[in-house]
Amino acid sequence: MTDTANWDWETKEKLVSDLNEWKDSYNWVEEPYVSPDGEKIAAIVNTDEAEFNVCENGKAWEIEEPFEKAYSLRYSPDGRLIVLSAADDEWKPVVDGKPWETIFDFIWDLKFSNDGKAIAVASQTDTEYCMAVNDVPWEDSYTFMTCMILSADGKKSASSVQTIPLGQAEVFKFQEGAFTAAVNGVPWDKNFVNVWNMAFNADGSSLAAEVRHNLYDYTIVVDGKPWNTVYGCVWQPIFHPNTNAVIAPVKLKDGWTLACDDNILWDSRFTQVWQQMVSKESEKIAAIVASSYGKWTIAVDGKPWNITFGDMVTDAVFSPDGSRVACIGTDKEQYTICDNGNAWDMKCDMVWKPVFSPDGNKVAAKIDKNGKRTIAVDGRLWNKMCDEVWEPVFSPDGSKILCRSVEDGKYYRRIIPVNEF
Amino acid sequence: MALPYIEYEKNIIDQGLETGTERLTKERIAKVVDKVIGGETGARLKAYVDTCVHCGLCSDACHMYLSTKRDPKLTPSAKVKRTMSVILAKKGNVSPAFIKKASEIASTECNLCKRCVQYCPFGIDIAYVMSVVRRICHLCGVTPLYIQDTAHSHSVTQNQMWVKEDEWIDTLQWQEEDSREEIPDCRIPLDKEGADFMYSVIGPEPKFLAQLLYQTAIIFNAAGLNWTMPSFPGWDNSDMAMFTGDSEIMGRNKRFHYEAAQRLKVKKIVMGECGHAFRAAYDMGNRWVSWAMPPVPMVHAIEFYYDLLKSGKIKVKEKYKKSVTLHDPCNTIRGRGLHEKARYVINELCENFIEMHPNREHNYCCNAGGGVINCGPPFKKKRVSTNRIKAQQCADTGAEILITPCHNCHSGMEDIIGDYGVDMHVKFINDIMYEVMEKPGLE
Repeated sequence: MTDTANWDWETKEKLVSDLNEWKDSYNWVEEPYVSPDGEKIAAIVNTDEAEFNVCENGKAWEIEEPFEKAYSLRYSPDGRLIVLSAADDEWKPVVDGKPWETIFDFIWDLKFSNDGKAIAVASQTDTEYCMAVNDVPWEDSYTFMTCMILSADGKKSASSVQTIPLGQAEVFKFQEGAFTAAVNGVPWDKNFVNVWNMAFNADGSSLAAEVRHNLYDYTIVVDGKPWNTVYGCVWQPIFHPNTNAVIAPVKLKDGWTLACDDNILWDSRFTQVWQQMVSKESEKIAAIVASSYGKWTIAVDGKPWNITFGDMVTDAVFSPDGSRVACIGTDKEQYTICDNGNAWDMKCDMVWKPVFSPDGNKVAAKIDKNGKRTIAVDGRLWNKMCDEVWEPVFSPDGSKILCRSVEDGKYYRRIIPVNEF
Repeated sequence: MALPYIEYEKNIIDQGLETGTERLTKERIAKVVDKVIGGETGARLKAYVDTCVHCGLCSDACHMYLSTKRDPKLTPSAKVKRTMSVILAKKGNVSPAFIKKASEIASTECNLCKRCVQYCPFGIDIAYVMSVVRRICHLCGVTPLYIQDTAHSHSVTQNQMWVKEDEWIDTLQWQEEDSREEIPDCRIPLDKEGADFMYSVIGPEPKFLAQLLYQTAIIFNAAGLNWTMPSFPGWDNSDMAMFTGDSEIMGRNKRFHYEAAQRLKVKKIVMGECGHAFRAAYDMGNRWVSWAMPPVPMVHAIEFYYDLLKSGKIKVKEKYKKSVTLHDPCNTIRGRGLHEKARYVINELCENFIEMHPNREHNYCCNAGGGVINCGPPFKKKRVSTNRIKAQQCADTGAEILITPCHNCHSGMEDIIGDYGVDMHVKFINDIMYEVMEKPGLE
């Protein structure tokens, strides 16, 4: 988690950079990204034909040669700026202007540990695939790789890998199982037909994944060992943060529910269940569910909210103390925030993931309304409608909000008291 | 000029069907039928099968029947009678050899095009019945080889052509780079969160038809659109698992697709010129997941091109001169009613549009859709010889260019006009729009 205590929570307004001036300096400026603390803004810029650089707060990186290609510009949680770049068909991540030493034929899927200290990419060299973390590729590589993840502390990386070669349309060989999971490059000793979305436990010592034994039998595998029960379908498992138990959505004959360590956890059945989450503090378990066909909501400990949404529910999050859940709900293409079963009286064209205040009493979110972007807190709009904003951040005491916005091409960092919303 | 009838092959060997059948037991068939009929279908299936009075009104709706000197085995009602009716009457007590034949009928002798549904006095949805047959065959492990491989690709990569994640991004960057020779600041913006829309395509575009990505980039940049494409799985909107009866993988594909859009916080998805993908994303896959409607609005290219032209965001520099005709794809015309918008688009782009007959929702299927073309080389000759009527329909227009705003139609029509010697070329709307539009910023 990013420590926000040392950020500047006093300066009410800073004009960090005028992006209009950047546009005068470069052929084009791509979409900007801002640092978590809001002090910096950066974008990939085109300097000449097939020549690119990164511009941060108006100043281009000092690099030996311009990049021929650059994409996936992002700030890490600890505020470092990373871009995936190529020159002479050699790809490298570049961190704050300094390239990794390792050269790859291609890199993608940039990931960070929670504190940002670990930076990972998926990589391909000589048609072999592996992950690389902090400039160190796995020792082993594979002919195919997907579903890459990084543990919370960044010490473990994993992906679904192919260990048995398959020729064109070798469907029966495929059905014998050619895929497994590899952790830090080391494969499990058992193969499956498919290995999908995985999760590490809190300390990264265990890995769980959804798998298919054959074309029909789905289950969860933990550290290479499948659950005994096979299900009609499963979705991504998670680990309980306190007990290490594995919790996953499973499809039974009478509907979807949650299973925990291969035992049915919830008595209730739903038309769909996914994106379950556990509060470390309250140990409540919540998930996005379809309580009946086409009616989406949140269920907490198996009990669905009364409110439902016809289009979808996404981006659920627990309050820090685990007593409340907020999510995005959509009906007839209109988005809103739903806080513990109560929808904001505000319809938006788009809403970003809700953010709880540290005490859990307030919810803020970035929204899009009538072609403008702004911040809302508990359903009340900020008085500025901007060209762009980034997701709000509460101060450690919850009394202020960091608002990062672009207005008329100028990027501002503002600290707004919560009571001004 | 009347085109010749070509006798269709009746003893085709497909390794997926052969090996699957060898491994199948009567016990497994009974178990599968019980699961599907007892657990996955309801009164709808039974009502459809029991209600059919074999009046034959569906027969003349089927391009296969019409293309084979009216072979009675190829009438829609006969396809049901040869498959599902037997399964139901015998309560699943059928042989592996029967399932093999049922799989061939359901997967290669019916395109699920739903033309027959329109002419049935009872509205019996034969495509639904044949889909259930495919589902049973999938659960029995008896599916044509090549489409099964495609379903496997979907399961591993979430795209239908085994396109690896780096290959996808690399292809987009290659097309973006090439497009800059024409428009210097042209972009294919990857993972641009909060863009107005996500553009999604089917696996063959990066694999074989990368020029379509190039042309799309030029069109969207010329129109000044705020768009994006995902760098991660979920970019492929297609779904052959829908056609093999692997509903679970179909639902998974659609979940990846819509969650890509949700992750990018776009307000809608615009999809390229593909028909079956529209059906998968708008009707089938989303509903398996329990999204009654697409959770993020889904707009087909025909509709999007219509909006671009109607709003003046794309202007035509000079209309296309060659004579063109239009093949109405089943999934976007009968399935979505985009026929008038398609005609608006073509008339805006082309000087000389010649209708083929019948047209709009009454148009004949290309015989490639419904996964039939994806059953691959073993069935190619049969697919062509059972669609003489389509070749005749095209030839009768006398047009030089055949526009097919659907990938499967496009490939299937190329085979048909090639084998019957019809003198025309197949194009997407995208090809013609790119050719005739004004391109601001052109070097």
